Amino acid sequence: MAAKKLNIKDKYRLLTRDLDWDFSYEDPKKAFPYEEFEGIKITDWNKWEDPFRLTMDSYWKYQAEKEKKLYAILDAFSQNNGHLNVVDPRYVNAVKIFLTGVSPLEYQAYQGFAHVGRQFSGVGARVACQMQSLDELRHVQTQIHAMSHYNKFFDGFQEFSHMHDRVWYLSVPRSFFTDARSAGPFEFMIAIGFSFEYVLTNLLFVPFMSGAAHNGDMATVTFGFSAQSDEARHMTLGLEVIKFLLEQHEDNVPIVQKWIDKWFWRGTRLLTIVAMMMDYMLPNKVMSWKEAWEVYFEEAGGALFKDLARYGITMPKYADVIEKEKEHISHQAWWTFYTHGHAAGFHTWIPSDQELDWLSEKYPDTFDKYYRPMWELAKEQEAKGERFYTSGLPQLCQTCQIPMLFTEMDNPNQNSMRDTVFDGERYHFCSDGCCDIFKDEPEKYVQAWLPVHQIFQGNCGGPDVGDILSDYYRMNVGVDNMDIKDSPDEQRWNKWKGVA
Amino acid sequence: MTIEIKTATLEPVRNTFAHIERRFGDKPATRYQEATYDVASEVNFHYRPLWQPEFELNDTGRTAIVMEDWYAFKDPRQFYYGTYVQMRAKQQEVAESNYSFFEKRDLARLIPEEIQKKVIRLLIPLRHVEQAANLNNVYGSSLGYGTAITQALLYNGMDRLGNAQYLSRIGLILDGNSSDSLAEAKRYWMDDAIWQGVRAYCEANICVEDWFESFVAQDVVLDALIYELVYLQFDQWLADNGGQDISMLTEFIQNWNKDTNRWVDSVVKVAAAESDANKQQLEQWISHWKGKAVEALAPLADEMLDAEALSNAVAAMDKRLNKAGLFK
Amino acid sequence: MSKVYIALQDNDESRYIVEAIEESNPDATVIHMPAMIRIEQENRLVIERKVVEEKMGRDWDVQELHINLITLGGNVDEDDDQFVLEWKQ
Repeated sequence: MAAKKLNIKDKYRLLTRDLDWDFSYEDPKKAFPYEEFEGIKITDWNKWEDPFRLTMDSYWKYQAEKEKKLYAILDAFSQNNGHLNVVDPRYVNAVKIFLTGVSPLEYQAYQGFAHVGRQFSGVGARVACQMQSLDELRHVQTQIHAMSHYNKFFDGFQEFSHMHDRVWYLSVPRSFFTDARSAGPFEFMIAIGFSFEYVLTNLLFVPFMSGAAHNGDMATVTFGFSAQSDEARHMTLGLEVIKFLLEQHEDNVPIVQKWIDKWFWRGTRLLTIVAMMMDYMLPNKVMSWKEAWEVYFEEAGGALFKDLARYGITMPKYADVIEKEKEHISHQAWWTFYTHGHAAGFHTWIPSDQELDWLSEKYPDTFDKYYRPMWELAKEQEAKGERFYTSGLPQLCQTCQIPMLFTEMDNPNQNSMRDTVFDGERYHFCSDGCCDIFKDEPEKYVQAWLPVHQIFQGNCGGPDVGDILSDYYRMNVGVDNMDIKDSPDEQRWNKWKGVA
Repeated sequence: MTIEIKTATLEPVRNTFAHIERRFGDKPATRYQEATYDVASEVNFHYRPLWQPEFELNDTGRTAIVMEDWYAFKDPRQFYYGTYVQMRAKQQEVAESNYSFFEKRDLARLIPEEIQKKVIRLLIPLRHVEQAANLNNVYGSSLGYGTAITQALLYNGMDRLGNAQYLSRIGLILDGNSSDSLAEAKRYWMDDAIWQGVRAYCEANICVEDWFESFVAQDVVLDALIYELVYLQFDQWLADNGGQDISMLTEFIQNWNKDTNRWVDSVVKVAAAESDANKQQLEQWISHWKGKAVEALAPLADEMLDAEALSNAVAAMDKRLNKAGLFK
Repeated sequence: MSKVYIALQDNDESRYIVEAIEESNPDATVIHMPAMIRIEQENRLVIERKVVEEKMGRDWDVQELHINLITLGGNVDEDDDQFVLEWKQ
């Protein structure tokens, strides 16, 4: 008998969607207990449109091909001492931030997608999430393997896992993800699957990775783009989730809008560190943060929200503030790390004159007016042998946990501070966005493990900051951090390169 | 001479990450080690999960099994993502050529009608058992503790989806892609008395809260029995009764079972060796689920082979458990 | 009207795919960046299996696209014969 040909959609339906059955012996609510408490209404999981239709055999086949390519390059990279090809040892500090700040998020993404990939009662969504979970595990592991070589030649990588759970600035990305994972399954999908994966990760994985290539870092660009090849599937899943929720029930629209408002604000705050990496830590420039933001957030995100308008979804709240911030945040963040360079796990520096000129050119409305004078002052002090470090510990925002480094966008000389009282206690925020998020779920955000509070409460050892850095954070003080000038990293680099 | 100088100055500062060095000493580490050990967070989670406020996001308290070090569950296959997908890709390539050989030569026509019927009634419904196994293993991966065991559970969960898809394709080959056989097999799964015990077992296990217990009920008990019963004994019966070509289509699952059993047995062994309390807990779970599984599989085994078949399968499972240090 | 876009790793395989995209979408803009190629067009972009196969001179499965894909913007519709990106506004 001549078999009829099955098209990819029918085949996928039969091989995946048809595997579930209706329970007779147990209450399905016991099997999938977390689907209702967020107030999301799902009337029919069968309406789920599979965002991609990979069966496991194809998954193994294509992913193995990607892995084979990737590891061949990583092997060649380490066999040929590929770290010598980076343009400048300063660049490697961006990679340190990546391993300590981003790779552990990939791990949390693996856990989060495994959770929703078990908990959704709709098989289509579940399987798509499971594949993403497996991909995310891939990402953390390939990143560790790619950076394993850098760890052998540079300081600051060696305690990435320990540091991620504890260090003050790393609690920003960490709490972002634990916030999403501790939420219900649908909020997790809007937070990570949609807001983060569809819009925000592009800013890290596309222009920054292109920047890595431009700075001679074969290992990073290779894992970056290889990871990103899975990301296209993840983005499609993120978009399908939101359309599905909006189409299922009109009551879902305001809930989804609230999550969009929250997670776009949380996400843009998180990306501050990427802004700084792009503008200050890539010696060879690809594009400025502002330009990247315009392409990947304003243009791509704008098109996306126009598409979602038919469901009654609007641009995220505070989009107007976000638009102004692209002119400022990278400068404010790098200045903060420069002045706290003794408490960071990587090296900082003053941009070269050529780089200052590039920043002036890329930020004509703000850089010369607000930020260049600070660097000129820092240069003067450094020339006098008085490189400046702040001694105090910064106050952190209760929501995003970033030090209060941001200014009012309409008045960049004025620090932006908000506060509110909950249960008799006053809480402080960097912005209206963060304050609103707190007010909506104060019981959640009072639980924040704020690193500076914890230090003051004696929960991180001490008594001196130096003790905390070396004992609790396990930083190698004076080796992993401080200025790049005269650091062991720089000394080794000069020796390798035969520079006196 | 210049080469010598270059290599001398390019001595690495360290061999591996600090947490790997603390475990294995200051020497170059394997990719499995760097990808696995101490990667999962242990402290400072900030927020309690809204869906389980009694626990932290990563919490050892979600199972009755207690381990001093959850990274004791080293995978004997040393699978990290890269080695895992490359191994499966190799196996699927073989499977793919088997399936296309079978289809191209239309080997289905050589299989007697009543054997085909038997395959649809007794083999194809196992795709739903694989689906349950997918849920149970992913459950352990999402709520378990420490990357050593949770990554292996995810690989296993995805393997089960793959197995379910291969079983479904056997149906599609037999029915010429009309999918009638899948619908028929699902009817057996839903209504045929011989399947109801297994289905009830699967549904009950999907609702188990303790992730380690769920692993025991699925991977240690049910899978062990089904492997012996179906993929060894029934396969032999098919070979003896004109259905030997079906083996080409189940070869993937057979080989998969061999590599997975090695991992499952090592997990049981390590957990049991940790403490008497663990050993007792495992024995209690196994006795409970084994009782249910034997009862559930009895009518199926009768229909497939004979009463002796099931006791053979139980004996094989008992032998494995014994080797892993249980019930002795 | 908004732009849909797709970015591919800059390698040999992608070059054939880009050629095919240009043929199927005469108005598309192709932008070369370090290590990547970005292609964008107003509203809709299609990658046709047949055209890619012609360029490569071999069978090509639409899902192979994922091996070299970096990012995309737009609603995806993928079947046996084509991969479509589209905004439905």
